[in-house]
Amino acid sequence: MFWTSYFLAVLALVLAWPVPVLLSRAEWPSRAPFMAMVLWQAIALAGGLSMIGAMLVYGLEPIGDNLIAGLRSLAGMVLHNEPTTALGFWHLFALSAAALLSAHLVFTLLLTYVKIERQRRRHRELLALLASPSDDGPGTVVINHDSPVAYCLPGGARSVTVLSDGLMAALEPAELRAVLIHENAHLSQRHDLLLWAFAAWRQALPWFPTTRLAQVAVNSLIEMLADDVALRTESKGTLIKAIAIVASGSARPVEHFAPPGTSGQDASPENSSLSGTGGADSPRTTASRVSRLLSPKPPLPAAQRALVLAASAMLLAVPTGLLIVPGLLG
Amino acid sequence: MASLGELERAVMDLLWAGQEAATANKLRDLLAQDSAATDGIAGHQGKDLAVTTVLTVLSRLEKKGLVERERGTRPHRYQAVSSRADHTADLMHEALGSAPDREAVLARFIGSVSESEAATLRKLLGKN
Repeated sequence: MFWTSYFLAVLALVLAWPVPVLLSRAEWPSRAPFMAMVLWQAIALAGGLSMIGAMLVYGLEPIGDNLIAGLRSLAGMVLHNEPTTALGFWHLFALSAAALLSAHLVFTLLLTYVKIERQRRRHRELLALLASPSDDGPGTVVINHDSPVAYCLPGGARSVTVLSDGLMAALEPAELRAVLIHENAHLSQRHDLLLWAFAAWRQALPWFPTTRLAQVAVNSLIEMLADDVALRTESKGTLIKAIAIVASGSARPVEHFAPPGTSGQDASPENSSLSGTGGADSPRTTASRVSRLLSPKPPLPAAQRALVLAASAMLLAVPTGLLIVPGLLG
Repeated sequence: MASLGELERAVMDLLWAGQEAATANKLRDLLAQDSAATDGIAGHQGKDLAVTTVLTVLSRLEKKGLVERERGTRPHRYQAVSSRADHTADLMHEALGSAPDREAVLARFIGSVSESEAATLRKLLGKN
């Protein structure tokens, strides 16, 4: 089982750096945002699993032929004070690191959840005092603000979509409908859960390229998914105009365009408890959304979709299998 | 009887509209006046609104950090911690993150779409 730990370590390394870099540069995710989302989740889960798995397997190597036997011996040492002399310094180090990393990941996930929930509760309290119900259906409120703003505040049955006066004034009815459908898609597809998980992932391991790239990619993929829902009923022109108006902050066309050299700054993706249209996006996200609508590319062919799905399944199955199957067979 | 949530909203509206701090008694009278005038928030029973209810509402708002009490005077006078516009600005900031200059956002994103796409976009936006 020695080679298992090396293989898992290599897998963790590959998933932490080259794979996410390549995926974030790839062009196909905008042609199959859902598949890309599945793949990012598989990369994150498989990455975490192989990181912890590699350390665990290495640490348990002297006391068991496989993970399950090793864990059983370890439990004996911990619970029944059996001698630990079989474990060298580096084995103990790896085991402690695995335990610490697992605890760190779970703790960060919970902490992020608590923070997000607290922020949302406060936001909802203030909305109750500041916003008034809108005619656009239940769960939609209007807030008194001049810039065109739309965002949704997830919260199960208390989910609410917030529109500003400025937005209502700037958009035609069809454009407003497109924005509402877009926001409702965020709520009904539970994009808040994805944002939460990837925000926590980044918070937990901020120095890994994969966590930052994954969060940026997920932020833009959920916008594309919600755009696709809006496109089912509204025209492309309507949606593009709505996005552009929201992103520009005003209904009038902007006269002076910056030279292309100034592009490429991505705004901080830290705020993730709310999901907005336009404003919450980095300019790059908005640009890739608009670009995707203006010069549409054909959706990814079925064969390639299946390939992405198979790759995601493999990513999850291989580390899980390596960790568990030898124990079940032995 | 109006719900506490509706009353909180009505009280905040009064505090945001008023220039100076108000006592619970004053607020109760204003609420009763409002409901008599518009037959709105507290319905026909606005006149029966008890000062203790207003005090309950005020202490809830105080706990939420929206209202502060002037100490040292009796009866206590209450005022809003910050204006309606400030609170709205806070919410917008939270929802939109740190994208302060929105024209720059569009400029940057126009810069990063291709030239023909930018032309289409300008045409779409320029239509009305």
